[in-house]
Amino acid sequence: MIESILTYLAPGWAVTHAAPLLVVVPMITATLLVFVPSGRLAWLASILASLASLFFALVLLGLVQADTATWTALSTAGVETNLTEPGLVSYALGGWMPPAGIEFRVDALNAMILLLVAFIGVLASIFSWPTVNAEVRSEKQNLFYAAYLVCLAGLAGVAITGDAFNLFVFLEISSISTYVLVALGAGRDRRALPAAFNYLVMGTIGATFYVIGVGFLFAATGTLNMADYTVMLPELAGNRAVQAGFAFIIIGLGLKAAMWPLHQWLPNAYAYAPSFVTTFLAATATKVALYALIRFLFTVFSPAYSFEMASFEWLIAPLAIAAMVACSFQAVFQTDVRRTLAYSSVAQVGYMLLGVSLATALGVSAGLLHLVNHALMKGGLFMAVAGVVLTYQGTTLRDFAGLGRSAPWTMTAFAICALSLIGVPLTAGFQSKIMLLQAAFDSGWWWAACVIVFSSVLAVIYMGRILEAVFFKAPENPRKVRKEAPMLLLIPLWVMALANLWIGLDASFPYGLAQSAADAVIGAGGGQ
Amino acid sequence: MNPDHHIILRVVSKTLIPLITLYAFYVQFHGDYSPGGGFQAGVIFAVGVILYALIFGVSSALRMVPPMFTRGLAATGVLLYAGVGIWALFGGGNFLDYSALVDEPEGGHLGQHIGIIVIELGVLFGVAGSMLTIFYAFAGRVAEISDEQW
Repeated sequence: MIESILTYLAPGWAVTHAAPLLVVVPMITATLLVFVPSGRLAWLASILASLASLFFALVLLGLVQADTATWTALSTAGVETNLTEPGLVSYALGGWMPPAGIEFRVDALNAMILLLVAFIGVLASIFSWPTVNAEVRSEKQNLFYAAYLVCLAGLAGVAITGDAFNLFVFLEISSISTYVLVALGAGRDRRALPAAFNYLVMGTIGATFYVIGVGFLFAATGTLNMADYTVMLPELAGNRAVQAGFAFIIIGLGLKAAMWPLHQWLPNAYAYAPSFVTTFLAATATKVALYALIRFLFTVFSPAYSFEMASFEWLIAPLAIAAMVACSFQAVFQTDVRRTLAYSSVAQVGYMLLGVSLATALGVSAGLLHLVNHALMKGGLFMAVAGVVLTYQGTTLRDFAGLGRSAPWTMTAFAICALSLIGVPLTAGFQSKIMLLQAAFDSGWWWAACVIVFSSVLAVIYMGRILEAVFFKAPENPRKVRKEAPMLLLIPLWVMALANLWIGLDASFPYGLAQSAADAVIGAGGGQ
Repeated sequence: MNPDHHIILRVVSKTLIPLITLYAFYVQFHGDYSPGGGFQAGVIFAVGVILYALIFGVSSALRMVPPMFTRGLAATGVLLYAGVGIWALFGGGNFLDYSALVDEPEGGHLGQHIGIIVIELGVLFGVAGSMLTIFYAFAGRVAEISDEQW
């Protein structure tokens, strides 16, 4: 189905240069936005740039999934596809061949993450205008959208690059623009400034740790190319520098991915950033960092090394479980809806890490499926909250009381995403949680399965509190009239909600993506 | 305050600022085949303006190099850099492949020369623009609580 994009829709140049254009189009648009006088124009431009990224992400997915028939069709048409082997696109930047040059390397895993980031980017940018117009001063709107596009380009760059140092550069590009975006929430709530500063300090420490780790690896191997590491590291697995590099990289990327207990930056950053920023970040930023973590754990290093297996068992799995329990508890006691959702995000990162730490193909694909599903449900939840912020200017539990009557469409979508977060059958969350349970049982981690169920019960409590306030409590302020979020907000919100239901009914598309992604990093059938 | 308070500084910096700016361009154009290049040149160029702002006041520096201009300069720099990449695509090469910039026989280096010069120019603009923007952001910041209010 996706291959037809290659043969019918995409011109030859788009197929050849999809990888760099995916990153460069938002980047160039961002620089042009500096000269755009009106926020509305900047908004339209950001939608177009995100759409272009989505298109190139689809092309890349098509290339990765291309079968021999498509392959021959493309080569007879004279299109250079950069496919070095089936399911692997390798694009040499500047014509410098890897491993010396920087390489954009796309396999089933990146293609899925790129698609996710670009898809969320499109929906979030469409929905953004009413909230940005309300929350960001008009003379800053064009720069706000420029920062958003730089962030999108940075996240896509992290997901697409095959060079460890280049990954650091893109990580910093996305992070620095994120700090700016979070700080712009100061117009609505001054606490955004310390939140952004906190995030800046923590994020910089994370990036520093990452680059120190890459430095150790470079010292030991003399290369920065990830595929090259795969070849060279097995001989050096006993090397102390390699092991120290591993530790630094895991901590650095763990900080970016909000791995418990390195998540302290996240709740405040999500709670006080502009609504649009929260929506976009919650659905993409930690996901991309998690992708980088998976890439390092399974492609650069491999579970075959004893120190990695030990860190799965004694570090990542316990931390994942601690996140699932501790942060779910913290979420229960929050009075601000956005903070509840933020703590729940950290808990959900725990689910994904738990899947990854099983180090089996099933576990990793369960983690990846949960990654996609969580992006969809948290994106939807934060969009609904953005609607409430827009119409009622509040995010506490009290502000949500009785909203089921005054904003039924917004709140129904919110409820669908909330049920999905809990993991009720027929929603996306159920599919990934059941798969995670299965993976845990397969590896004999029955206690982990118990914790998954327990944490889901906590999710019932913290989401239940919000849903109870929304649907069963009388409005705090009886003068609250029927006030739905604007149409621009409702459409992307409902796309998210329906995506949750669709995956709940038929998870074959994201499941297939996650499975081939897990196979790409672990090797089909390997690691079982 | 006596306007001639810092007369030595004023006179010395008046002679130095053109030299600093000139030196920036020297570093820029030597970046091709000796140490140096766009980043260093951009910083040196920005230092010229920052020195002016320190000696003659931020407000007169703002009149000379307005923040709108520095922001635009930074964006233009990135645009130049990425533009070279796109230009290479039109030439049939990969992104940022300088050899594809011009049509030349095998083994020619003109494309490489042009590529690196334009890229470094982009870096100069980008770095100078963002250095000045950062400086203005700090220097132009108004204290939110004035001293009397404490």
